[in-house]
Amino acid sequence: MIYDALIAPFIDFEFMRRALAGVIALALGGAPIGVFLMLRRMSLVGDAMAHAILPGAAVGFLFSGLNLFAMTFGGLIAGFSVALLAGLVSRVTEIKEDASLAAFYLVSLALGVTIVSMRGTNIDLLHVLFGNILAMDDQTLLVIAFNATITLVILAVIYRPLVIECVDPVFLRTVSRAGAPAHLAFLALVVINLVNGFHALGTLLAVGLMVLPAGIARFWSRDITGMMMIAVASAAISGYLGLVLSFQTKVPSGPAIILVAAALYVVSVLFGTVSGLVRQLFPGRHLEA
Amino acid sequence: MTAQLKFSNVTLGYDRHPAVHHLNGEIAAGSLLAIVGPNGAGKSTLFRGIVGILKPLAGTIGLGDLKPREIAYLPQSVDIDRTFPISVFDFVGTGLWRSTGLFGGLGKKAGRQIADALAAVGLNGFENRTIGTLSGGQMQRMLFARVLLQDARVIVLDEPFNAIDAKTSADLIGLVRHWHAERRTVLAALHDMDLVRANFPETLLLARGAVAWGATSQVLTADNLLEARRMCEAFDDGAHACAIDAARPRAA
Repeated sequence: MIYDALIAPFIDFEFMRRALAGVIALALGGAPIGVFLMLRRMSLVGDAMAHAILPGAAVGFLFSGLNLFAMTFGGLIAGFSVALLAGLVSRVTEIKEDASLAAFYLVSLALGVTIVSMRGTNIDLLHVLFGNILAMDDQTLLVIAFNATITLVILAVIYRPLVIECVDPVFLRTVSRAGAPAHLAFLALVVINLVNGFHALGTLLAVGLMVLPAGIARFWSRDITGMMMIAVASAAISGYLGLVLSFQTKVPSGPAIILVAAALYVVSVLFGTVSGLVRQLFPGRHLEA
Repeated sequence: MTAQLKFSNVTLGYDRHPAVHHLNGEIAAGSLLAIVGPNGAGKSTLFRGIVGILKPLAGTIGLGDLKPREIAYLPQSVDIDRTFPISVFDFVGTGLWRSTGLFGGLGKKAGRQIADALAAVGLNGFENRTIGTLSGGQMQRMLFARVLLQDARVIVLDEPFNAIDAKTSADLIGLVRHWHAERRTVLAALHDMDLVRANFPETLLLARGAVAWGATSQVLTADNLLEARRMCEAFDDGAHACAIDAARPRAA
């Protein structure tokens, strides 16, 4: 019975195995990035960027159909352009970076949906907006795995300057020039992982497997290494349970995965050992020293 | 006595408004120099210029063979994100940047150095606490531990004893004296004149320009302090371009 529900789908169907491999790769790459987004108070920036990559992917789609490389490449270009343009506008004018990013991503999203509907059908549009992890081919899986690998390698390289830039930016500036390149590399990683999530979860939910696991992790660990471990684990578990849920109930896979992550998030808010609500209500008696 | 830092007609400021105006002078290697002056006198601005975060509007700050990145700088600690989940051990460990760089691991030797630095500032046993749990005084002790690890020839401390109790500032001033004994050059911006008189042989009284600079007892006179207070005014939005540069004849 439990075997039938939890394991059999993955043994019987290749597309389920493929999807599982996909979500695990997404979790490995995306969740640590999500933790840094959260710690740098950039969670919503990640969300905005997810919409910003749409027109690029759509242009790729326009020229070559549901071709993976074209869509990935287009998405990367669009993501970087929006990030850089928003940064530029906020630097040369009075407008703040969040406001200018919001403006650019809205334009981007509208443009993207327009481009897709010019050529494609409603099904294509649904695919772009919500992704379809159950329909991944080998190529897509390889690209996702490749992107996750690149992410982990680059993150290892820029880890120290990135952490110090979060805690004490002035100190980093006085000891090293690595701050700005590390920040740019980090933005690049955000875009790469959004494109990754885009294939599986679509433009609207791509950021979900980055931000929700990070939020979950905050409630269970005070330490950044621990946070990243927990984030990866909870992202992978959400992916797995979401696939099972989707298989058993016909809920689309993307929303199913995010809903499981959301459920874990709610549990964490309530019962998390670090500032969870229940913990705050019943903190135990205070200590002697 | 060789000059460690050399100010040649330095003007530092923001949006063309000078905060430090036409400063000239030298700081000898191994000096222990207090920089005093009212709020807005340009103390922090001068430090930002020395460590290279702020480019001079005019003039130069000569560092000799020293690179700006070899100066340990302790700013007024407003920019640190204290909610970031990093342990005291790891935070202090960043002081070893020059030896570890981007990747170098923190090995056994580094671990000992960090433990020693924490012991020197009286924070034994705090290794695994996150920085958000520290009190103001403990935070300042931790920042001193990081400066200690930076092992820098020049140390710049911006109002290091603000909002710090007597016990902590006495402990930390002990470290400053220790650095002086090691022939390091130490600059500190301070407001407590008694502390300056008791511990710092030299003083620069700053109010945009140098009001007085030399032996502490001769600098900190009532007349000088009064003058410093008078010289320090708010930025004037309608100010004209500084005449001193224009009047100076161009080199033929």
